[in-house]
Amino acid sequence: MKAPIRGRTEPPAGLLRRIDAVLRAAFPTLATLALLVMAAVPVGAPGLVMAVCLPAVFFWTVFRPAAMPPPAVFGIGLAQDLLSLAPLGSGVLVLLVAHGITQRFRGFLVRQSFLAVWLVFCAVAVGAAALAWALTGLLTWQVPSTVPAMHQVGISAGLYPALAWVLTRAHRAMQRAET
Amino acid sequence: MIRLSIPLRQALARLSLPVLIAAAFGTMLLGKADTLLVERARMALADSLMPVWSAVQQPVGAVQNAMHEAQSLWEIRAENDRLRQENERLHRWQATALALESENALLRRQLAWIPDPAPNFFTARVVADGGGTYARAVLLATGGQTPARKGQVALDERGFVGRVTEVGSRSARVLLATDINSRIPITLENSRARAIMAGNNAARPRLQHWPEGQAPREGDRVVTSAEAGAFPAGLPVGVVRWTESGAPEVELFARLDRLDVVRLFDFGLTGILPPESVARPEPRPRR
Repeated sequence: MKAPIRGRTEPPAGLLRRIDAVLRAAFPTLATLALLVMAAVPVGAPGLVMAVCLPAVFFWTVFRPAAMPPPAVFGIGLAQDLLSLAPLGSGVLVLLVAHGITQRFRGFLVRQSFLAVWLVFCAVAVGAAALAWALTGLLTWQVPSTVPAMHQVGISAGLYPALAWVLTRAHRAMQRAET
Repeated sequence: MIRLSIPLRQALARLSLPVLIAAAFGTMLLGKADTLLVERARMALADSLMPVWSAVQQPVGAVQNAMHEAQSLWEIRAENDRLRQENERLHRWQATALALESENALLRRQLAWIPDPAPNFFTARVVADGGGTYARAVLLATGGQTPARKGQVALDERGFVGRVTEVGSRSARVLLATDINSRIPITLENSRARAIMAGNNAARPRLQHWPEGQAPREGDRVVTSAEAGAFPAGLPVGVVRWTESGAPEVELFARLDRLDVVRLFDFGLTGILPPESVARPEPRPRR
């Protein structure tokens, strides 16, 4: 005899439910943008603005790719470039490339432990900083110093565990709401 | 909403990343081609976010103040000792200064000296870090009615901070002296030699182009120079420090890592401003 299918019957699609679904889908993008704006408040750590987007985009690309589509990544990158004095478009390209590469390997990454994902993220952060360094050099036509790039990798990699802890909670809550 | 067939939607989803990467290259070209448009977009975004930052600044400032308070309570004895010594030293300097002031007044009376006009200034709060990985800048909340203008000089309570480079309706961006694009004409106070202070995104800008045979000496005071008409002469900038590798750097008086409030001075100078902002001068209030 087959086991009864568990779960609730789907409630009718009302206005509130639709708002709920839209908000849930938009949460990753909106939360990342809010994080970006908050990171600009001066607390004595320069370069925070450029370092907070990559962990958030990476996390959502791995664990909830439907909520972090390429257009959202483009928007976040554009906001990041406009908020800082970086050459316009460099942040957009870096985030899009990181997003594309992460999405290619997400099937593998989802099944890994937290530590392994963090190590992969560190590699992605190094690659992103290298690309940003090269683009900045190309667009401003002078060789920038490598120290800020390393500084940025350090902040990004250090932020990831804290951010991932919070975002994992949010992700679980959203999963509970969906089942 | 338009209903699309599933294969078409999948194809669109697969296409969107390459298309957007191409769009990113397009954005880069646009940023290179039309810098004025980018500047306007930046200031419009900063203006619209200014209320959020101003609101967030309050609790952040409160926490920072509390931490400062705790730290100063902790170090109150040592601080007291240091202040006592400093006070003694300053008393001696005050006597010297008073003597020099009266002497100066006497000499000026004999020379029919025309004094410099007192500059207008207003004070603005730093609400956001406007730089990035390869740039050093801060955003100020200027409110609606304060007359922020490009080319104004920003000073904190100790010394030179930077120049206003972009102005919006509620915010202004100040390029700090440490930014890699910052070039400040300076004078070494002891030798009166001119030089250029060039930012390198590190905490201490480098000195360049000093006259042959008048190398800056360790501990020389650095002040701004009126060369090129961008700054008034004599604003305090910092002190010369030689690095171990043998390059002269300037240790700034201003504390750029913890900027809180800056004063924007309007000296009415239009030295190195881009042509479009010089072409249409804004009306300035009469002094």
